[in-house]
Amino acid sequence: MSYSTKVLDHYENPRNVGTFGSEDEGVATGMVGAPACGDVMKLQIKVNKDGVIEDAKFKTYGCGSAIASSSLVTEWVKGKTLDEALSIKNTQIAEELALPPVKIHCSVLAEDAIKAAVADYKAKHGAMVETAACKG
Amino acid sequence: MVKTPIYLDYSATTPVDPRVAEQMIPYLTEKFGNPASRSHEFGWDAEKAVEEAREQVAALVNADPKEIVWTSGATESNNLAIKGAAHFYQGKGKHIVTVMTEHKAVLDTVRHLESEGFEATYLKPEPNGLVDIDQFTAALRPDTIVVSVMLVNNEIGVVQDIAAMGEICRARGIIFHVDAAQATGKVAIDLSKLKVDLMSFSAHKTYGPKGIGALYVRRKPRVRLEAQMHGGGHERGMRSGTLATHQIVGMGEAFRIAREEMAAENEHVRALRDRLYAGLSQIEEVHVNGDMENRVPHNLNISFSFVEGESLIMAIRDLAVSSGSACTSASLEPSYVLRALGRSDELAHSSIRFTIGRFTTEAEIDYAIDLVKAKIGRLRELSPLWDMFKEGIDLSTVKWAAH
Repeated sequence: MSYSTKVLDHYENPRNVGTFGSEDEGVATGMVGAPACGDVMKLQIKVNKDGVIEDAKFKTYGCGSAIASSSLVTEWVKGKTLDEALSIKNTQIAEELALPPVKIHCSVLAEDAIKAAVADYKAKHGAMVETAACKG
Repeated sequence: MVKTPIYLDYSATTPVDPRVAEQMIPYLTEKFGNPASRSHEFGWDAEKAVEEAREQVAALVNADPKEIVWTSGATESNNLAIKGAAHFYQGKGKHIVTVMTEHKAVLDTVRHLESEGFEATYLKPEPNGLVDIDQFTAALRPDTIVVSVMLVNNEIGVVQDIAAMGEICRARGIIFHVDAAQATGKVAIDLSKLKVDLMSFSAHKTYGPKGIGALYVRRKPRVRLEAQMHGGGHERGMRSGTLATHQIVGMGEAFRIAREEMAAENEHVRALRDRLYAGLSQIEEVHVNGDMENRVPHNLNISFSFVEGESLIMAIRDLAVSSGSACTSASLEPSYVLRALGRSDELAHSSIRFTIGRFTTEAEIDYAIDLVKAKIGRLRELSPLWDMFKEGIDLSTVKWAAH
């Protein structure tokens, strides 16, 4: 399996690895995937009073492309509103990282992680839950 | 300082021993004759070389040289043995028995025979990879004509009890085929004692060249095969095609070296394997796959919990190792061998096969241990599953959203 330089960069130097403290306010978590499928992504977002994602962290069990996809997503969601974050599509992730066809599911999972984290935030803060965690 | 990448994938293939390469070269250039040419010295010289190599291959397994048929490799040998015997003996019955952890060259061949109307039983091994003899016996039927069991498993290195299975098959008049591609030079094989009817060999797993192998076909009691390759009637009609003299000479020399140096070499690789095992055992949550007693000395197959296999392979790029088997590394499927042992998918995903060989050094093993320890630590830092494990969550109770 050969990887693009962008995947290798994120894999070697993953951005925003970690977990927020349980006492942090405005934190929501999306966990998608399954160990049996070979990848599990945990994406956390920290949302401020204006509804803007001011910070994000991730942990991923998965291949290099899965790690890179989730690392990239933490960079992209920062500074976005929840709705803007939901507009990130897996195709954009796959294109940015030049994922080969067999790795497209990693970008799908990263998109699902965003949806799951936003859904978790909305559930905790009383808004309507619109998206399921995982599909496809 | 060791030179990277470090080759720890000797069960995928081995380098040709320089002594073997040296023997082969003259047969490409000046001694280029066709061994089937009976009318001149070029042919006679080539034939003599082929027959000497046949003796060397037979000597390693204590067989008669007349029982050795040259093929292109173990895959062809397995095809010729299983299809050849099944077709020849199908008048007696149409049932075949094999094991779920066999090489694809056996499994796909048996599957093909199923499409022709044969029936097959695929035995599930015990969790340690070994086939239970009672279960084996129970699978045999009055219409069973061929049984195929590998001597040494390519992924987990376990050694099956082919002596016992051979006795059982012989008593019932069933043809017993053994794929020994991974066994030569690792396990002593004595075909004068073993009740094996057909045995497959490969040169390139034993420091010989790729593209050459052999099939042992027992003469007493005589085993018959239907040829799969038709043509000039070479190899007593069992496998037509001009013999590749240089390849055959290489296999002969490789097997001669294997016979003479097996004892010392096994000590060398066992010491290094045990050193590797001791080093990696210091890491938390590692699991050896396959029985450690009935196992070839150069294999260590180990799963690292909470780390995904492909990212591990990527992290340890300085080591040339296999995740699952080399044949399945290109796909996302976890190893079917480990699944057959009942390993969970995530442990099957995170398995690494280290296979040590003739040219591996202690410094390389020490480098490998340090590298794996560091990278496992890093990947677990990244792993949400590791966090959950550390928090005491039993991952098997978590309801995962399948995707």
